[in-house]
Amino acid sequence: MSGWMIFLRAVVIPLVIPIVVLTLIPLWIWLERRVCARLQQRLGPNRVGWQGLFQPIADVIKLLFKEDITPSHADRIVYLAAPVVALIPSVAALAVIPFGDTMSVPSHLFWGDPVPVPVQVADVNIGILWVLALGSLAVYGVVLAGWASNNKWSLLGGVRSAAQMVSYELPMGLAVIAVMLSSSAFATAHSGYAALSLRTAVESQRGVAFAGWNCFWHFPAFVIFCICAVAECNRAPFDLPEAEQELTGGFHTEYSSLRFAMFFMGEYIHMTTLSAVGTALFFGGYLSPLAGIPLVSSLNVSHIPVLNILAPVGWFLLKVLLCILLFIWLRWTLPRLRWDQLMRLGWVALLPAAFGWVMVAAILQTVAAEIAPHTAGDPLLVYRVLVFLTAALLGLIVYFKRAGRSAARPAGA
Amino acid sequence: MRDFFRQVLEVVEPLRQGFATTRKHLTEKPVTVQYPEERRPVPARARWRHILRRYEDGENRGLERCIGCSLCSAACPADCIYVEASENTDEERYSPGERYASVYQINMLRCIFCGMCEEACPTGAIVLTGDFELAEYTREAFIYNKERLLVPPVS
Repeated sequence: MSGWMIFLRAVVIPLVIPIVVLTLIPLWIWLERRVCARLQQRLGPNRVGWQGLFQPIADVIKLLFKEDITPSHADRIVYLAAPVVALIPSVAALAVIPFGDTMSVPSHLFWGDPVPVPVQVADVNIGILWVLALGSLAVYGVVLAGWASNNKWSLLGGVRSAAQMVSYELPMGLAVIAVMLSSSAFATAHSGYAALSLRTAVESQRGVAFAGWNCFWHFPAFVIFCICAVAECNRAPFDLPEAEQELTGGFHTEYSSLRFAMFFMGEYIHMTTLSAVGTALFFGGYLSPLAGIPLVSSLNVSHIPVLNILAPVGWFLLKVLLCILLFIWLRWTLPRLRWDQLMRLGWVALLPAAFGWVMVAAILQTVAAEIAPHTAGDPLLVYRVLVFLTAALLGLIVYFKRAGRSAARPAGA
Repeated sequence: MRDFFRQVLEVVEPLRQGFATTRKHLTEKPVTVQYPEERRPVPARARWRHILRRYEDGENRGLERCIGCSLCSAACPADCIYVEASENTDEERYSPGERYASVYQINMLRCIFCGMCEEACPTGAIVLTGDFELAEYTREAFIYNKERLLVPPVS
């Protein structure tokens, strides 16, 4: 490996990706405030800069100049460390997310054979485990903040967060397992792919347009993942840890100035990370939704030097943006769940549903692996056909049952 | 099984309604009035900044209406009006009657804009107008003296 390659893979990419993501955060905050305003028929901040784009920067400057208060009875060291603990795992989880396709770069700065380099900090073979592990680490920041503030509302917020994380991590993990069944089937069929890497999950969804996307072929897992992702980043309707009306800000009640800003940033980075993971797992990551469509695919950019790197990254960011918009829409539509409702949803609805789908997906995947050699087809393709047939069968049963019921009963009964 | 589907529907239907509601509002026109540039019309009977009027026509044209009787001050529930009266002379005549207000102050920080001064005034001198932009940078600036309250001379 030449020095240039080491520089590119160890310095350039690991620097550019977090910088890009951190730059997106003020954009998300601006987007959230503008979109929520429009949902409430208001205009939202539109004074600072064009359309109020610099409003988040003005807010950060304001926060910088505020007094950084440490309550006198707080557990000082833990109190000061908590915002950092909350922020770091969300950023670190970005390391395994494939932001774009592999790009071909010369093995020396301006010459040499092209070498494939993934637009990703590290394509580790346990990618999804890394994401899940850091997701559970992120809760420590909230819990420690709640504990160290020495304030009953903060403590309640922290405890709620911990319990919420435990309850929603399980269905999320199970939803991910279902997807991983597909991507490991892809990894066994194609050499050079690690089963749990997120890049494999993306590559397994390659197909005509969005026909291969897991949000269709793992629809139940997709719904469960979405709900759990919202719960994981403590956003409405699952914002019980910071429930303003009940807990006056919850775990961050005592925080001000930059430390509050760090919690705020952490929440949005976490949201971005989860959107990116969701995009990679369910929306085909950096794959173009226009691929393989007759007329459009003639506009292929894979031979144009810079565009062939930027186009997949653009698709990825666009999909992340749509996920963020979904997050925002959710937040400003649904009221906060009550504590017992939250627990019931997690343990009684999501967990059995996730278990059920993992079993169904596993059975279909195994059957597909058995049939595939006889039909000389791709096991993933056979799996998708099986999912389609199962869904169609289920739909028909429901349809005929309803038809039978309405025929048996006179109208209006 | 049927109960299960009904339960799911019971959960999903309100969610759908909620999303439909917010989506509907998303495409409706915002109701925001962008204040310094756009203004809503001030109601005709709005009670904000006071003025001291003059006679606009007739034999007393140009003279101040205020005769320094202090009835406004007596009527004021917030006790924010201070009036000092002086005698008019033939050389220096400010108002038609015997006396005029040589000092007239209103403390706008205390004023509750009830309009009782306006009702008490026998000559219709003090009137509350629709000018509501009363912000100042110092407390002293909120004490309006006669020069600020009195309308300009009739030309």
